[in-house]
Amino acid sequence: MSTYWRTFKTAAWLGWEMDSNWTEPWLFVLYSVIKPVAGAFILVLMYIVFVAIGRPQGDPDAFSYMYVGNSFFIFVASVLFGTFQVIQSDREWYQTIRYVYISPISYYVYILGRAASKIAVSVFAVAITLVFGVMFLGVRLHLALTDVPLFLVSTALGLSVLLAIGICLGGISFLTAKHTHGLAEGIPGLFYVFCGVLFPLSVLPNWGQAVGRAIPLTYWFDITRRLLTEGSTVNTTLGGYDAPTILLFLVVSSVGFFGLSVLIYKIGEYFARKAGKIDMTTSY
Amino acid sequence: MSVATDRRTDLKYRVGLNLRAVVGRSYPRIVGANREPSWIFFEAFLPLLGIAAYVFIYQFFGLQATAAILGNPPMCGDHVCASVAEQNQYLAAVNANTNALIASVVLGGTMVAFWLNVLWSMASQLYWEKEIGNLQLYMMAPMNRMALLGGMAVGGMVMTSMRAVSTLVAGIFVFGVIFQVANPLLLLAVFFATLIALYGLGMMFASLYLLWGREAWNLSALMEEPIFFSSGFYFPLGGLFRIPGWGPAVAIAGSFIPASIGLDALRQLTLGSTAFGGSLWIFNVTTELEILVGMAVLFLILARYCLAYLETLAKREGKLTSRHQ
Repeated sequence: MSTYWRTFKTAAWLGWEMDSNWTEPWLFVLYSVIKPVAGAFILVLMYIVFVAIGRPQGDPDAFSYMYVGNSFFIFVASVLFGTFQVIQSDREWYQTIRYVYISPISYYVYILGRAASKIAVSVFAVAITLVFGVMFLGVRLHLALTDVPLFLVSTALGLSVLLAIGICLGGISFLTAKHTHGLAEGIPGLFYVFCGVLFPLSVLPNWGQAVGRAIPLTYWFDITRRLLTEGSTVNTTLGGYDAPTILLFLVVSSVGFFGLSVLIYKIGEYFARKAGKIDMTTSY
Repeated sequence: MSVATDRRTDLKYRVGLNLRAVVGRSYPRIVGANREPSWIFFEAFLPLLGIAAYVFIYQFFGLQATAAILGNPPMCGDHVCASVAEQNQYLAAVNANTNALIASVVLGGTMVAFWLNVLWSMASQLYWEKEIGNLQLYMMAPMNRMALLGGMAVGGMVMTSMRAVSTLVAGIFVFGVIFQVANPLLLLAVFFATLIALYGLGMMFASLYLLWGREAWNLSALMEEPIFFSSGFYFPLGGLFRIPGWGPAVAIAGSFIPASIGLDALRQLTLGSTAFGGSLWIFNVTTELEILVGMAVLFLILARYCLAYLETLAKREGKLTSRHQ
């Protein structure tokens, strides 16, 4: 166990250094903030344009729904990317995977550690985006003190699911070419569409709603919104589930996805070793 | 003058050499990438989902606006509808605007593909080549460096067209977007002028990224969402002018990326200049085409000078082959 912890700590430190040591801390903070805030502003402008030409009286509930979903989506994008890119960056970019891989550590734990720094930065980015929304864009947020433990537990579970999904993708990327950007854009895109991040599931066709209900992140976004934007009039189609039920979904899916991630990782690793692809480079 | 020197200064020989370099550098992108079938799934299909999300947002807004118009009391804009005719008129306007906004997203999604290719496969490429040890080989080769960048650009355009076309096809057949192209030649002219200007910018960045070293990767990452926002990839750029104060400043800054002006022109040409009540366009199409041609020429010239300067600087400081800096 202590080896796992030591691996995790060292990998987290390494990840942090790799992310941040290319520049001054203030510039790093600036980079970390501008990207998510600009992402939020795309939605703000989409809303403004629609209000200007479609619905002059506005729709604050829809805006808050979208804004909170988008803010928490920062976790999805950065945690997924932070996890599955480890294999590809070590393999293709730094070409150090062979040395790390043959060292007496768990490479699975090493990937989790490398992702930890991304989580730390994204916590900061989410907080900044939410505060910005409340202060300058009129986003209506309210978190009751009694709901804080539930909020923290659901966030931890949501992040666990994300890490597990990231490891699944990492397992697959053992076998694929340099597709980091396609994956970085595409997989979060899948969740962007089907998990009710920016719009309620009711907008999707029936098959799309069914897909959304099968992804645990949908419930994470829903419970987060319930806790932060109480009293919203947007129909999420998940109103039939109470908070403990949703939390139970998250616990079960965290455990399930953890098992799945180990399985996919092992399979990917096995076939990569068999095909001699562990340290391949696919530069073109 | 020796035979070899004479041959090297021969114009026909030099043109042929540089054309072969263009073909040679574009070849691995076009052929090499297609040897990896998984590329189609990762680079063409998956990114469509992100575009779909933006489409659904506008559909969500459209549904909310329709519900308000059909609600009790029925709201037409900021007042209660005076008659059924007014209510129908507002419903028709919401439907038309929603379709036009979805079409804007589809066109923006097409351009996103090219912009990401410019960032990650043009701008970052020389830095990447340095990291993996190819740069010194390029520098030793006898062709013009611009031919190398040109080959990267041609290969990148062809490779990215797959994704761009799939976005367009999905827009038309999955999301039911209707484009009305009245002037296809002008549309093609705007499209190619935009691409040349974009890749010219990418060629310029390629040299600058050599100078910026490791900051380059982060810079590329930084130029995604902020550029999507300031250049109006997912909404008509004129929307920014609706925001008093900082809105126009951001729009003007974003207009230095050719995609913003190009998109504005493409949207006018495919949706009609009367879409959105004609209130969200920057300039007319002809003016925008002129600006794009000017940008294309400017960026290509700047790319030429930046490349020459950076090559000299890198050689002088001995950094041409140093990795991870």
